[in-house]
Amino acid sequence: MSIRLHNIGKHFGSGRQRTQALEPVNLDIHDGELVGLLGPSGSGKTTLLRIIAGLEHADPDGGARILFGERDVTNVHVRDRRIGFVFQHYALFRHMTVFDNVAFGLTVMPRRNRPTSGEIRARVHRLLEMVQLEQLAHRYPAQLSGGQQQRVSLARALALRPDVLLLDEPFGALDAKVRQDLRRWLRHLHDELGFTSLFVTHDQEEALELSDRVAVMSNGRIEQIDTPDAVYRSPANRFVFEFLGDVNHLEGEVRDGTLTCGEARLSVELPDGSEELLLRPHELRLASAPTPEAHLPVTVTATSPVGAEVRVELAADWLGEPWLATVRHADYERLGLTRGQRLFAIPRRWHRFPDASPAPALSPLARAA
Amino acid sequence: MQRIGDAPGVRRTLILAAVALAALFLLLPLVAIFAQAFAQGMGVFWSNVSDRYTVAAIGLTLFITVLTIPVCLVFGVALAWLVTRFAFPGRRLLQTLIDIPFAVSPVVAGLVYLLLYGRNGWLGGWLDGHDIQLMFAWPGILLVTIFVTCPFVARELIPLMQAQGSREEEAAVTLGAPGWTIFRRVTLPNIRWALLYGVILTNARAVGEFGAVSVVSGAIRGQTNTLPLHLEQLYQDYNTVGAFASASLLALIALLTLAAKATLEWRAARQEAHP
Repeated sequence: MSIRLHNIGKHFGSGRQRTQALEPVNLDIHDGELVGLLGPSGSGKTTLLRIIAGLEHADPDGGARILFGERDVTNVHVRDRRIGFVFQHYALFRHMTVFDNVAFGLTVMPRRNRPTSGEIRARVHRLLEMVQLEQLAHRYPAQLSGGQQQRVSLARALALRPDVLLLDEPFGALDAKVRQDLRRWLRHLHDELGFTSLFVTHDQEEALELSDRVAVMSNGRIEQIDTPDAVYRSPANRFVFEFLGDVNHLEGEVRDGTLTCGEARLSVELPDGSEELLLRPHELRLASAPTPEAHLPVTVTATSPVGAEVRVELAADWLGEPWLATVRHADYERLGLTRGQRLFAIPRRWHRFPDASPAPALSPLARAA
Repeated sequence: MQRIGDAPGVRRTLILAAVALAALFLLLPLVAIFAQAFAQGMGVFWSNVSDRYTVAAIGLTLFITVLTIPVCLVFGVALAWLVTRFAFPGRRLLQTLIDIPFAVSPVVAGLVYLLLYGRNGWLGGWLDGHDIQLMFAWPGILLVTIFVTCPFVARELIPLMQAQGSREEEAAVTLGAPGWTIFRRVTLPNIRWALLYGVILTNARAVGEFGAVSVVSGAIRGQTNTLPLHLEQLYQDYNTVGAFASASLLALIALLTLAAKATLEWRAARQEAHP
């Protein structure tokens, strides 16, 4: 079932303490889509999710409207919206067993619609089978691990076959390994059951890996909504670019096509004036000699050979904050990188977001590549 | 590792002092009450306890207590719910107001009620005109008892409900549960031990209240005398054994309350470990 949001705004407090949690937001989520709301804390993503659920109310002025398919649910109470909601800290009923937690939604239905206790038992067992927790049906939440608790909470939310599944930082409180597994598992479940889901996260990797589309939020605004690929490759503005990954900054004065910053020089096709360029760590190459276009002398201060690539921390007198570069293990060994070694950084491409124009500009090097 | 104050001498001295003080100030008076009550044998004790006025006093005390508890229960739960689940202007002020009955001396509370509802009081005149007598009758005793005991349940519940938060209730409402079902199946089971504990404290205080009740009751023997008031009258009449017989009843209720409280704490602790 599709979700359409029209002019959803929210403020807290009044008078001088009034804070705008959400500027009027418009958002269309298609039937069967899995959309991630990504943003730093305080960006309004959880508020938006809770408004869709009906746990909070949008500001009434400005004609806020929420539609699930053709059904206008703007003034429908939470309990009648037919949503499944998964909380960050699971919010399982602590005095009930796993079985009773999952069955809760079915047992509180009005008597005339309520399935028989046999049907309830069968359905709960199917759900527990789906989340692979049948053998723990009689345990209490306190006796389960975080990952198990979150799976129970998912089964509980799915028990009423909701049209819409809303997840608030579903994996936020879990450790990295469990988070990976659950993420993949949720993706499978979503594809299999075909519900429409919206989830909140502050983890870029999670949003990019899991979502069909990502909505990047900051300060109560949706900065960009697009596929993970598009959001990552062509960010709409500087915030999106900086939030989606590690960023190195290069600030300096441009004169006659050369940007200078202390002893560092880089050829750029930009008009004269002060400039700030942004570079991704994987867009930096390390070499023992400078090139005619780039003369950026740096010193290696730390290396971390964990994962597919080696993370190298670089410092220099002309740098305010240290840079980060990721290089292949082969290059790492070829260059024989050690702490204190002096090298040259060579950008493959760079990005700039002049404050005046929101359109991104790419380096000529990038266009060539 | 040597902890501070862990020297055997210090430890022994402290333990001895604690035991001696507890025996002297807590245990000895308790023993004395029962010793005095039974000083002239079981028969005299029984004739004192089964005395017409004593039985009436016991009856009135139980009657007042039985009426007080449900009122305090409903009031306490409603107040705790309001304060912990909603944000509204004046919430902090309300939380402070809850403590007034604890802060004010019970005698003052009794006098205030007398001033308000007595025959010459601000509201008493109107009540008198409608032939309703609150003061020097059981409704007055009930009113001041409720006033004195009403904070106990709320005081027990507020910190617990604040710590638990409203996430489970939110989860229940997203699952389609109506308000009363949420209260019965989610809120209540989570607060039941604190609630019972609050009731036990309310009960103890309602049974033993003296100051406020003595102002508004008029202490009419066989009519408006609660057990503590009756006890004091017996003592004033130099009926020491009678006074101590009544005192032993109050002490017995107190001991039962303590036992119930200890059992509850033990069960609650066990629930925490294995829900």
